[in-house]
Amino acid sequence: MVTITVMMATSVITDMFQYEFMNNAFAAAGIVAVVSGIVGYFLVTRGQTFAGHALSHIGFAGATGAGLIGLAPLWGLLGFTLAAGIVMGILSERISNRDVAIGVVLSLALGFGLLFLHYYTSFATQATAILFGNVLAVDHEMIATLAVLGLITLVALGAIMRPLIFASLQPELAEAKGVPLRFVSTAFLAIVALAVSECAQIVGVLLVFTLMVGPPAAAQRVTTGLWSGLALAALLALAEAWLGLTLAYYSDWPVSFCIACLSALGYFAALSTRALRARAVASEPV
Amino acid sequence: MNVVELDRATIGIGVHSVLSDVSFAIGPGEFIGVLGPNGAGKTTLMRAILGLLPPSTGMLHVFGRAPLRGDRAIGYLPQVRTVLPDLRVRGLDFIASSLHGERWGLPSLAAADRRMIEQTLDSVDARDLARRPLSDMSGGERQRLLLAQALIGSPKLLLLDEPLISLDARHQEVAIDVVRKVCRERGITVLFSAHELNQLLGTLDRVLYLGNGQAVLGTVDEVVTAPVLSRLFGTDISVVRADGHIFVMSRGRDVERVEHVHEHGHDHGHDGHERHH
Repeated sequence: MVTITVMMATSVITDMFQYEFMNNAFAAAGIVAVVSGIVGYFLVTRGQTFAGHALSHIGFAGATGAGLIGLAPLWGLLGFTLAAGIVMGILSERISNRDVAIGVVLSLALGFGLLFLHYYTSFATQATAILFGNVLAVDHEMIATLAVLGLITLVALGAIMRPLIFASLQPELAEAKGVPLRFVSTAFLAIVALAVSECAQIVGVLLVFTLMVGPPAAAQRVTTGLWSGLALAALLALAEAWLGLTLAYYSDWPVSFCIACLSALGYFAALSTRALRARAVASEPV
Repeated sequence: MNVVELDRATIGIGVHSVLSDVSFAIGPGEFIGVLGPNGAGKTTLMRAILGLLPPSTGMLHVFGRAPLRGDRAIGYLPQVRTVLPDLRVRGLDFIASSLHGERWGLPSLAAADRRMIEQTLDSVDARDLARRPLSDMSGGERQRLLLAQALIGSPKLLLLDEPLISLDARHQEVAIDVVRKVCRERGITVLFSAHELNQLLGTLDRVLYLGNGQAVLGTVDEVVTAPVLSRLFGTDISVVRADGHIFVMSRGRDVERVEHVHEHGHDHGHDGHERHH
């Protein structure tokens, strides 16, 4: 009985890897999930999730604008989010922590995205892909691009990680100890912009939260260590992305919907185990 | 050599000068209570000593030279403005983040650093905080953790910016006791800013009272007097001494108490007043 179940499960899983587009989707989603989970961990720690959300919306204008001038959406997305991230970082105290300012800017960006779509009507079919992702259409070239971008993102994050953590936890003290706060927060937002651009290729600009916020927020509920938190955030994002793909393959539901559901499920499951963990943590060795 | 020395220094943020033409000198091992109304420049002064805010005119020396940003000889406990309620970071990792936190690259914690953190936590009776996440700590525990952090690396000067805020009366006393004990043992110079004088009366060597852009440093008897404080507050102040306590009153109201309650929006007890009733 058990053997039969295992065999069935195995054939069910191998079945989807007969298709190249599924292999590509798994590879692309895998790369992006790990990067999103790790970058998102710091986004959550710093309480800047809304800024990340805004960056992705600004990216929408970039993606549709790129279509207007005949570029691939990814480059428009990248250019706009990167520029916006750097500007937000430089204006940090005045802008990036103000919900209203961010809200106004992101609505404006969405509006511009709509305007670009309006003037480039043949591009409109791709609007859904930008907004909600189209991981099943990923080709080898895109995977290579995502891998390179992902590597750049993680290396840059690694370079600033130490002062970033210090500045996130205790900005006043970090400043006193000589951490260049503005540079660190600007560099971080540029890194977030890179991650958002990659993430949007998989789940779309509207759903970047599913991989960048859901998994790290869940991870922080169940673990308090830095490295364990980062590892768990990356693993959760990876599991949710791959499970979402599998679910989509067999149910024929949109991939992004499946990942969004799993992300929410993961977060609420982690919330409900919090009380349990709180008791366990007290007896945990340091 | 004086630990902190100001000579006709004007310190401000932008064009607005918070302290103007201020002179005083603090010697080694002194415990200085820094008092004054909100906005009098307590935090500004500490930021200047940390080298974050150079004086626009005049001289400010720390350890006999211009302040050095990131000086390891200074321990700093910033005023806690926002306590992230959701911060799921263990006490050990929290303190570890501040150790060499200005260096680039990946964070790491050497065994020696870990031992140093644990020893410092021990010295303020807070070893158990190492493994607990900040979000599960009480205000008193969190403050004790921050105090331990400020003591790491054996500083010669400790700047404590409102360390009693958000503590209840009992924890306030404990915090003062811990600072006094550790700093007396190690001969550390302390600038301890607070809203209320009475709790510090038994501990401080001298008072630095700020107000109206001015600063007056001296013993409690020299500084906490009606003429001096009237000048600093810019209004008629009377000083009432009763039962070993000192009350600074303006038109019959306790200035320190009114200020404090106003800032927090809720009325948690002050032992000075409670004892008085």
